[in-house]
Amino acid sequence: MTDNTTTDIAVEMIDVSKWFGDFQVLRNINFQVRKGERVVICGPSGSGKSTVVRCINRLEKHQQGTINVDGKELTNSRQSVAGIRAEVGMVFQQFNLFPHLSVLENLTLGPIKTRGMSKEEAESRAMDYLHRVHIPEQADKRPSQLSGGQQQRVAIARSLCMEPKIMLFDEPTSALDPEMISEVLDVILELAEEGMTMIVVTHEMGFARKAANQMIFMDEGEIVESGEPLRFFENPKTDRCKKFLNQILSH
Amino acid sequence: MTKTISLAQWKLIGLMTPLIFLLAGCGGESKLKWYVVSPWTEKGQINLKFLMMGTWNTLSMSFLALILSIFVGLVIAIPGIAANRPLRMTNVFYVEIVRSIPLLPLILWIYYGLPEIAGVQLDYFWAGVIALALSDSAFEAEIFRAGIQSIPRGQSEAASTIGLNYFQNMRYIVLPQAIRRILPALGNQFAYMVKMSALVSVIGLQELTRRANELIVTEYRALEVYTILILEYLVIILIIGQGVRWLERKMGGAENSR
Repeated sequence: MTDNTTTDIAVEMIDVSKWFGDFQVLRNINFQVRKGERVVICGPSGSGKSTVVRCINRLEKHQQGTINVDGKELTNSRQSVAGIRAEVGMVFQQFNLFPHLSVLENLTLGPIKTRGMSKEEAESRAMDYLHRVHIPEQADKRPSQLSGGQQQRVAIARSLCMEPKIMLFDEPTSALDPEMISEVLDVILELAEEGMTMIVVTHEMGFARKAANQMIFMDEGEIVESGEPLRFFENPKTDRCKKFLNQILSH
Repeated sequence: MTKTISLAQWKLIGLMTPLIFLLAGCGGESKLKWYVVSPWTEKGQINLKFLMMGTWNTLSMSFLALILSIFVGLVIAIPGIAANRPLRMTNVFYVEIVRSIPLLPLILWIYYGLPEIAGVQLDYFWAGVIALALSDSAFEAEIFRAGIQSIPRGQSEAASTIGLNYFQNMRYIVLPQAIRRILPALGNQFAYMVKMSALVSVIGLQELTRRANELIVTEYRALEVYTILILEYLVIILIIGQGVRWLERKMGGAENSR
């Protein structure tokens, strides 16, 4: 699959479709994300934007089309899935931290169990990333003792500990109280500035303007419009996109 | 802390009251002949000691059966949550069949029947352990399945995004959380098993109930001896209950406050 023209492409979807039973959630999705690029996906709820992201690391299985991640096609084989998951980190709306483990254990479990790292090595890496998300002092606490914003930053650090090439964010601030949204978005912005390739599903359009170099608008399982953020926000081409942007920007 | 101590104290009071009533009858002109089990007469002491010597068999048999049934229950529970329908059906098949076999016939079947078809004669003890474990494993399997299914799906998803495979996910993420949740149910099952182990007396194992029956044959005092027998089970179950509570406190902690 790998050839010189595709090597700078991190994620690519070609004619991807998916059904839940009879209901088609994704209709012929096509897009490309270059290495180092930040793509923001927005759209009304039920538009399939989370499903797109979840297909990339095989939390959902696509039924038609091709998904390439870092030049390798995502197939049914266990190796393919494991290989792609090793390169793709994911942050969930509901954080999904492991409540029975301390913050530090949440961060070191992956590196120790799946990368064969020693405990000391994994802990020093974990502390590095906790510094990066500005909460090293919380290392020994349980997730339940942290605020939502702190929990989400731990979840980001947990993903980063696996040193992924691509980060997926599935509505990372939707479950947060308003005053905690910016602390999480700041961390994601810092990651973006460091050149991490990322795909972010979010309704935070201020963040999208700052971080994205490609906007994708989805509705009813298809990509309705995509483009540069400046053009996308100032001059949306389709009525559906215009209407959506008006609704979420009106307040 | 004070609350747990007072709970333990209530239990002690609850336990002592019937004992005091019992012993009060020992010396008087009561029709009941408590002296056969009185700790203040030589004969009573010998009889009590004889009765209590069954404790070890009851406890060790129940405990081994518990370990075995947890292991089998877990092995049966895992296919019960599989996406694959035939795998799920093996779980349903096992659970439905095993839990509809009454324990007493199962004990008899394993002790008297198995030698005829399999050519193995288990001794009383192991026949009891296996019958109890088998019968309990179906219930354990359902408890485990419920526990595993109660863990939100996001946990397994997060585990898979940091590269854990199915078994690592079970071992480090799902089961540790599930076991905390099902601990009270497992405690119930253990208490139930200790009580059901009385049925193993029918094949001759010298556990608590068998000993009581044997003593009654020589003393002809059913009420007195069976009362002591019930108290013996009461003490064991109360201790198990405390142990499970202690484990819950030890393992629960921060996670439950979530």
